[in-house]
Amino acid sequence: MRREVVLLGLLLLALAVLVLAPFVGMQAITPADVLRSGGNGVDEAAIFWRLRVPRVLLAFLAGASLSLGGMIFQAVFRNDLATPFTLGVSSGAALGATLSLRLGLSFSLLGLDGPTLFALLGALLSMAVVQGLAARRPDATGATLLLAGVAVNFTLSSLILLVHYTSDAAQSFNILRWLMGRLDVVGMGSVLLLLPLFVVGGLAALLLHRELNLMTVGEEFAVSRGVDAGRTRTLLFLGTSLLVGGVVAVCGPIGFVGMMTPHVARLLVGADHRRLAPASILLGGILLTLCDLLARTLLAPAELPVGVITALLGGPFFLWLLTRSRSGVR
Amino acid sequence: MIPALEIRHLRLDLGGAPILRDVSLAVPAGSRLAVVGPNGAGKTSLLKCLCGIHRGWKGRISLDGVDIHGFGQRERARRIAYVPQPGGRLSPYTVRELIIMSRYPHLSHFGTQKMTDHELVRDLLARTGLGPLADRPLATLSGGERQKAHLAAALAQEAPVLLLDEPTTFLDPRHAFEIRSLLQRINREDGVTIVEVSHDLNTAVMDSDRVYALREGATAFFGPAERFLDEDVLGAIYGRSFLLADHPVTGRRVLVPEPVER
Repeated sequence: MRREVVLLGLLLLALAVLVLAPFVGMQAITPADVLRSGGNGVDEAAIFWRLRVPRVLLAFLAGASLSLGGMIFQAVFRNDLATPFTLGVSSGAALGATLSLRLGLSFSLLGLDGPTLFALLGALLSMAVVQGLAARRPDATGATLLLAGVAVNFTLSSLILLVHYTSDAAQSFNILRWLMGRLDVVGMGSVLLLLPLFVVGGLAALLLHRELNLMTVGEEFAVSRGVDAGRTRTLLFLGTSLLVGGVVAVCGPIGFVGMMTPHVARLLVGADHRRLAPASILLGGILLTLCDLLARTLLAPAELPVGVITALLGGPFFLWLLTRSRSGVR
Repeated sequence: MIPALEIRHLRLDLGGAPILRDVSLAVPAGSRLAVVGPNGAGKTSLLKCLCGIHRGWKGRISLDGVDIHGFGQRERARRIAYVPQPGGRLSPYTVRELIIMSRYPHLSHFGTQKMTDHELVRDLLARTGLGPLADRPLATLSGGERQKAHLAAALAQEAPVLLLDEPTTFLDPRHAFEIRSLLQRINREDGVTIVEVSHDLNTAVMDSDRVYALREGATAFFGPAERFLDEDVLGAIYGRSFLLADHPVTGRRVLVPEPVER
């Protein structure tokens, strides 16, 4: 019962953050400004609706997606440090998007532009590598798994550097700025792009909450209870590819949100994925929205890349997890 | 009568190495079988073939005369319950959560927990004496309590056949005895067929109807429990002789520890 109350509290907090965050920024906007649209000089209402609101929604959606991706990986691999970021799926998506930026591809398919498509493709490909490892070595959940992730990350980072190196100055700036993680958008386009990916990936996590629980205890345990482990893993990995690929395409590789928030969520509502999945969504959204709030106000009028803030929070958190005994790293 | 579980010429290779070469046995419904044998003989692998963890074995496994391949994964999990070997990573779940999630094979895909499920969970908690610990995370329990939690979870599968992998190996004498008497009640009162891997030959023989001994993946002994503790049988399986004596209460033969230097 207490945990349901906590979950409700998270929901209210998320709503409060979503409603209040657009008013905070380089220049504070009051509700009165928004209502009094079309004044002279800078149009506050336009800033509010075209810049602030889309940005807050994007941050929330991206945070929720990354958090869910992390939660799924931690369950499937039974390792607190396993996330799409640490296992190289984000890097895969980043390489895809970098390639697309380098080649200056300007086509679109099914409403998805070049970088998004390539990022999704990159996420799927690196996910296939992870899936191959998981299927071949189901016992690899500790150090082996993380070292494999390090290897994949190194390889992909080198390829990103290579692509970057061969770019001209303009492309190079685009790539670099994007690699730092960004949430500054104009209009609702990016939000509408992420939304369907989030819905599909989120549904996979919410509907498979029983399977996620059983997989967390152990894959063999899950199988003995009647779970089709291979199919479940494939569904979850596809969902995670959509969640992470979409975010990386739009915002760049934002690290550590996916690792931190599921842990905090677990402390708040317990390990049962029926509550953990919604809690991870809400907490991830709240965390990234607040990080972005810091990023755009801390050094105002200058703006920090949000990836810098999350990494500054996440690095120490990673170390803290490593020092705990239950972290699953042996 | 058709046996609850029948295995014929089971063969399993893992990574190119033969783990099980030729296993054949039958377990009558409601009876209790102990699976024994030296370390690495393939006992755990045998259980894992039965509950779907190891695939790609050859031979035939049938439940109530029906080929096990005829059952879907959930249906199989409703017919065979499994208590894994103790140890491994500690899961973050509470006792209650572990029991509830083991109801998985009985739930429709998107179905919710039914009222009867909650009654069953309460009943299982009471029977295993875990009521006061129901909402404690497994990681905070002792080895004996954790083993009871895993037993309760397997019972939540409500399967007619229960597999256990060394359920008492790491337990102190008191907890080991409690698990043994729980298993006896489950077998005698509920009629659950039990297949149990064990290294404790005395309790294996005392608690079971029949004993199946594996040696290097093949049958070394299969017969009534009272015929197992025998110089020749043990010598053939473990490759050395043991000290046997008569039990002061039952009068049956038991293995007694011998001094290392005599």
